Amino acid sequence: MTNDKLIIGGHEFNSRFILGSGKYSMNLIEAAVKDAGAEIITLAVRRANTKEQESILDYIPEGITLLPNTSGARNAEEAVRIARLARELGCGNFVKIEIMRDSKYLLPDNAETVKATEILAKEGFVVLPYMYPDLNVARDLVNAGAASVMPLASPIGSNKGLATKEFIQILIDEIDLPIIVDAGIGRPSQACEAMEMGAAAIMANTALATAGNLPMMASAFKNAIEAGRKAYLAGLGRVLTRGASASDPLTGFLRD
Amino acid sequence: MENQFFVDSKHLSSEALAKKHRLETDPTSRKNHMEYLPGMEVIESDVCASVMAHMNAYDASKYTAADVRAALERDTCTVEDFKALLSPAAEPFLEQMAQRARLETSKHFGNTVYLFTPLYIANYCENYCVYCGFNCYNHIKRMKLSMEQIEKEMKVIADSGMEEILILTGESRTQSNVEYIGEACKLARKYFRMVGLEIYPVNTDEYKYLHECGADYVTVFQETYDTDQYERLHLLGHKRVWPYRFDAQERALRGGMRGVAFSALLGLSDFRKDALASALHVYFLQRKYPHAEMSLSCPRLRPIVNNDKISPLDVREKQLCQVLCAYRIFLPFVGITVSSRESAAFRNGIVKIAATKVSAGVSTGIGDHESKYTGKKADDTQGDEQFEIDDNRSLEKMYKDIAHEGLQPVLNDYLYV
Repeated sequence: MTNDKLIIGGHEFNSRFILGSGKYSMNLIEAAVKDAGAEIITLAVRRANTKEQESILDYIPEGITLLPNTSGARNAEEAVRIARLARELGCGNFVKIEIMRDSKYLLPDNAETVKATEILAKEGFVVLPYMYPDLNVARDLVNAGAASVMPLASPIGSNKGLATKEFIQILIDEIDLPIIVDAGIGRPSQACEAMEMGAAAIMANTALATAGNLPMMASAFKNAIEAGRKAYLAGLGRVLTRGASASDPLTGFLRD
Repeated sequence: MENQFFVDSKHLSSEALAKKHRLETDPTSRKNHMEYLPGMEVIESDVCASVMAHMNAYDASKYTAADVRAALERDTCTVEDFKALLSPAAEPFLEQMAQRARLETSKHFGNTVYLFTPLYIANYCENYCVYCGFNCYNHIKRMKLSMEQIEKEMKVIADSGMEEILILTGESRTQSNVEYIGEACKLARKYFRMVGLEIYPVNTDEYKYLHECGADYVTVFQETYDTDQYERLHLLGHKRVWPYRFDAQERALRGGMRGVAFSALLGLSDFRKDALASALHVYFLQRKYPHAEMSLSCPRLRPIVNNDKISPLDVREKQLCQVLCAYRIFLPFVGITVSSRESAAFRNGIVKIAATKVSAGVSTGIGDHESKYTGKKADDTQGDEQFEIDDNRSLEKMYKDIAHEGLQPVLNDYLYV
């Protein structure tokens, strides 16, 4: 397990929990780093665009990789502009592309996301696109130079778990990049399930932010993600279907 | 008409008084409020018809406790559910509604509360809206700030730490034209991260121009969706044209604005119908423009200069809270703003349930931020206020109070792209 690193765009991480940006608070960042072991923290560039004395950037502990996102972008062009601004602000080379043309459900626009990925990857960004799990789009993202693919599990902030499970499994099976499950993971058990399926990492925010005891929930996520990862690496045991397996082999009649 | 609004000023000439009285008493002396004036853009839209069909058919008294319970049990609040939540039958369920509203607010906004302040740059007005302190027959100190004065005000506000500003004017195209407002927006972009506008409704190309000047949000209050009552309250001026006002948000979005805000002024007519129409105005426009950001306000009538009798009638705090909870349950994704018209205690309570944005350091007068913020003695170059505010907390105090309630005050979450 010690050599089991998460590798994104050539960068190595030990933790497979990534903190999302939806509901920010200093307590959340602290719990995510201390109790969930997060090494990557998402930051909405628009939220960092502040003169406020309590700037979020000041609260990011050393050694943490910042993952600025482009929330607020409604098309590829706006996402590209926000990503460039993030780099100017000193947020590094990582960028999570979020493009929404829907203010109600905040569902990502896959087509615009592919466009933005291509432009930003060429400019040297490590691009992590947030997307609706569609195999064809995932392949386009690979070709566009994405460093990872981030399918949503269910609507953002909903805590509803793996509503798109079958489609995420297809991405895991078919795409060679790390598949990071983003949005909708509401419980440690759901995070564990996604990891068992072979997801490379889990991004969550609301599940922690709205928990009764934030540090305890952060630690529960850490354990669940590690357990799921171990189970995936170990290879899950078989699950018998109803009626069990035939004791007399059906092919016993074959003589040579 | 029996009302709390008409006040005569001894400063008006006898001709002006005669015209005022005629407007007040003789409906035939008033222009058709449903007819556009020259220069007003007409857009093709079915939003108004959809909203009005629901509002006109709404009978709040037909809903029962069972309807309210069913509405609260459902995952997704339908239009019918929303109507039940706004009805008198929902009043005994206020606490349950608040619990549900809090859950929805926290799902969509976490524990954040956004802060902003309004800046009135002019109070000239060409309209006679009988409940408004700026109305053209009200004898108040009128003023329009110069660009130098605007910049000075903005500096004072920005120094307090504020990052979002809402620029307001009285509704006078001649005194405060679109270019004047545009120049103010350009200045505001220097000092603030986010610039919103609450001005008279304009055409799509003018919204586009104002957007290019740096504004990205447009607030237009419909005041009341009851067109007959609107006719009786807005007696003179371009504001009297009800349908042009209704389509303002749609024109603003077509002009490229990121977001739009809506409201009825509760207390002018049947508040349940007005609340229904306000929310449905958001609902139908959101379906048509899904990328747009939308928010609702919920002002109640307030006393004005020269008339302290004005009150929000039957909209007491409990009813206001019911409306806000119903808004939140029906439209969990929209911003809800509660202004300084309401008391500090009400605002402290409502940010824990449904509101996501509050104003702080507020003045509804013209050019008086320096005296109000720094205590420097006011000179007489200040314009009178639009209405009396209730909660006069400074940004610093508001920030601390919100944090003290266990919430997170946010000064900016926005980027002009």
